[in-house]
Amino acid sequence: MRISLFITCYNDTLFPETGQAVVRLLERLGHQVDFPLEQTCCGQMHYNTGYQQEAMPLMRRFVEIFCNAEVICVPSSSCAAMVRDHYPKMAESTGDTALIQAVNNLLPRVYELAELLVHKLGLEDVGAYYPHRVTYHASCHSLRSLHLGDLPLRLLRKVRGLDLVELQDVDQCCGFGGTFAVKMGDVSAAMLADKIRCVEDTRAEVCTAVDNSCLMHIFGGLHRLRAGVRTVHLAEILASSEEGAGQ
Amino acid sequence: MSIRVGQAAEAPPFQKAALPLLDDTQLRKNVRHATNVITRKRAAVVGEQHDWQQLRASASAIKEHTLRHLDRYLEQFEKNCTAAGGHVHWAADADEANRIILDLIQQQGGKEIIKVKTMTSDEISLNPALEAAGIHPHETDLADMIIQLGRDKPSHIVVPALHKNRQQVREIFMREMGLNELGDRPEDLTTAARNYLREKFLRVKIGFSGANYLIAETGGVCVVESEGNGRMCLTLPETLITIAGIEKVIPTFRDLEVFLQLLPRSATGERMNPYNSLWTGVHKGEGPQNFHVILLDNGRTRILSDQESRQTLRCIRCGACQNACPVYRQTSGLAYGSIYAGPIGAILTPQLFDMQHAQTLPYASSLCGACYEVCPVKINIPEVLIHLRGRVVREQQSSANLEAIGMKVMSRIFSSRRTFESAQRLGRLGQWPFVSEGWVKHLPGMLGNWTEVRDLRPMPAQTFRTWWKNRQKQKLKLEDSPGTQVSQKPGLKENHHA
Amino acid sequence: MPDTTNTREAILHRIRTANADAPSSDYALIERAYQQSASMDRAEILKTFADRLHEYDAHVTEATQQTVPAAIAEVLRRNHQHSAIVADGFPPSSLPEGVHWQQESELNTAEGAISGCEVAIAHTGTIIIKGSRRITLLPERLLCVVYASQVVETVPEAFARLQPLAAEPLTFISGPSATADIEMTRIRGVHGPRFLDVILLQD
Ligand code: SF4
Repeated sequence: MRISLFITCYNDTLFPETGQAVVRLLERLGHQVDFPLEQTCCGQMHYNTGYQQEAMPLMRRFVEIFCNAEVICVPSSSCAAMVRDHYPKMAESTGDTALIQAVNNLLPRVYELAELLVHKLGLEDVGAYYPHRVTYHASCHSLRSLHLGDLPLRLLRKVRGLDLVELQDVDQCCGFGGTFAVKMGDVSAAMLADKIRCVEDTRAEVCTAVDNSCLMHIFGGLHRLRAGVRTVHLAEILASSEEGAGQ
Repeated sequence: MSIRVGQAAEAPPFQKAALPLLDDTQLRKNVRHATNVITRKRAAVVGEQHDWQQLRASASAIKEHTLRHLDRYLEQFEKNCTAAGGHVHWAADADEANRIILDLIQQQGGKEIIKVKTMTSDEISLNPALEAAGIHPHETDLADMIIQLGRDKPSHIVVPALHKNRQQVREIFMREMGLNELGDRPEDLTTAARNYLREKFLRVKIGFSGANYLIAETGGVCVVESEGNGRMCLTLPETLITIAGIEKVIPTFRDLEVFLQLLPRSATGERMNPYNSLWTGVHKGEGPQNFHVILLDNGRTRILSDQESRQTLRCIRCGACQNACPVYRQTSGLAYGSIYAGPIGAILTPQLFDMQHAQTLPYASSLCGACYEVCPVKINIPEVLIHLRGRVVREQQSSANLEAIGMKVMSRIFSSRRTFESAQRLGRLGQWPFVSEGWVKHLPGMLGNWTEVRDLRPMPAQTFRTWWKNRQKQKLKLEDSPGTQVSQKPGLKENHHA
Repeated sequence: MPDTTNTREAILHRIRTANADAPSSDYALIERAYQQSASMDRAEILKTFADRLHEYDAHVTEATQQTVPAAIAEVLRRNHQHSAIVADGFPPSSLPEGVHWQQESELNTAEGAISGCEVAIAHTGTIIIKGSRRITLLPERLLCVVYASQVVETVPEAFARLQPLAAEPLTFISGPSATADIEMTRIRGVHGPRFLDVILLQD
């Protein structure tokens, strides 16, 4: 299958290793990955902060770039949710029938990574090897927008060597929330404190999730405390193999 | 009287109001305990209700239908209530409602009223208005009484005193009821409340209530409660005054079969709350013989005219969104500067105030969606929050603030590959003043809120796209060199896009 | 009294303006896919009803038409009650001898009240009483006599039965009066009856 990668702006800029892992993983599974270089951002930050007008051209841009893709893989549940939850309404509001049509055609081909693997490719065991104690944080968008349910856990359970520990209050928000983390910094910090307590209680060395945004926030707090826990995107765990993590 | 919905007008921004609350360890412990208990109970009774989603769907459909035909149903309610001996009044805003209520009480020569919990009366600041006119309102709901006697503010829709623990309640009761001795078991405190109020229930001639539902078909009213104080206020006095927002009307008696299954499970985690009272106008020989209903607009018609946020009016005030909200759970309702706190407060308060106040409330959410998930009438609160943020941004647009400028710049950056890539390069260079020992620990301005409690990894030397481009180049090289098999032609279709 | 006629017109006008774009929707077409009829057999329904009442801390006694006076006497004896006030319309033939039956004027000092009901709901442990709102509220104890045939499984079934009484004063009672306002601890009996007894009559 030819899979087009929408890496997302912050993964591109801040977490290249996640994108590399997605490429490695999908190629290992026998698929062809394509990365349209024109892509930038889905518009989520603008849209959610109230700058809906500014998000409009970004939506159009996304649609233009990906409209012919066979399948689009988004290794970020909040960006996938942005596309799925808000693009239709945004397109609707322009009254542009061609755009509305294009969005409707595009949506069924947009997959968050775990969805792509389990639902589209029918896989749970992706042949990964990751000999670490890991806990999984269910990000809000993965849980309540995309309804991923236990898909990421099903993938993790099939990873050889991986010791999966359940996170208490797994459905509680970590306090990231995009610009919320700075606009309401103190409340966000209080929420983070709760999340960190739960992560530390697992005695895991690695906390994973399908969103680097939440992980950046969680890790930011863990690192400040020198907690000795690192955060790793699900893609990187799934891309690891006995032959080694890197290329 | 002209006391306008005071509280929110003076309310500080959410992030400021939250600060002392985050430091109040007792409050946070109390709130955490209470919300945990209700959430757990709710999950259990919702879990056993196999048709929960169907009930939610019907409830939101009934509410939506009613709102779109609100004029018809209000007129029907008015006609039937009047025919049954009730009097219906209409109030455009808080002032008008307070004036009507005051007149009704003064007509009866009343100096006191007994009140059963009504959010709406708090919304219009009825108590201060009455007190200013020399009328004493007795709150009779246990929690409201704790708040009233403790001169405190409510922090939750359903359990307004959930931020107080038993020791704190005991102190308030001993002081205000003049008791020398009182235990601190909830039983002791409830008994004290019973004894304190019984005499008032039997003596005071005017009762005051809110309404959970107004039934258009019959002109009847339904009040949902637990303690029996509601029944006292609704049946013992000679005069009963009920206030209800215009969105409280439902078409038929039968619709209650939906709402009375959703509300108690959502609100208190019970299969059914101890008491529901239904009455229609005046019943001969039964209950108050002088009955008035005040239908309050106070901003509701304005909300109705906003297509995106109209759904706010479906709310049945169950408080489930508050219990589920991770922000509320940290701050309690006291940070919201309004009786409507938590997610519903974050969307309702700014709209009731026509966005003039409480501009920070739509941002008091991480958009985690827990509220939408539990809402029994399926209000998509995150969607409304985002919509209201849009309004805040539009209204602030004139004043050039840093955030707006930053957002504009970002949207320019994202508008083309070229600007995006150069911004990535610039960012990597520009970050070095802030990187020390391999980490970003201090950022300037608003971004400093990030580094206050979190480290940040600097931007890596290579972006993903640079890595990809190099990789593609290498692949092409391999392809060109004879004897190497590369089965897949790398996708270059992106080059077709300008 | 301020004249609110203008306000009324203004509010209705604002509503109509706000809803000018509303497509007319038919109330009858609102989907109701929730459970509306019984799914259990009679024995299960009655058992569920009794279980729910127990969970609310209510006391349940079973009786038949013949044994009901004795059952009432037994409940009063157990509660150390020598008097009670009886709701209007309660069949005198069901009352035992040797009890002081009080008048409504004695309501505030009554030890307990006895009433029948219109419908009861097994699923939620709810008893619905028409009228008698004060009598069933002020005394410390309420004794309610429920016929097995009055018990339905679901809330919607109860509403179907109550439809003819839709404009009557109705009270839904689910257990004794209670509060959880202090630390979310459920406490029985705030202002309403502290104790609820139910006699379930096989008919
Ligand atoms: S918004 Fe929904 S969950 Fe929140 S109080 Fe209203 S009805 Fe309940």
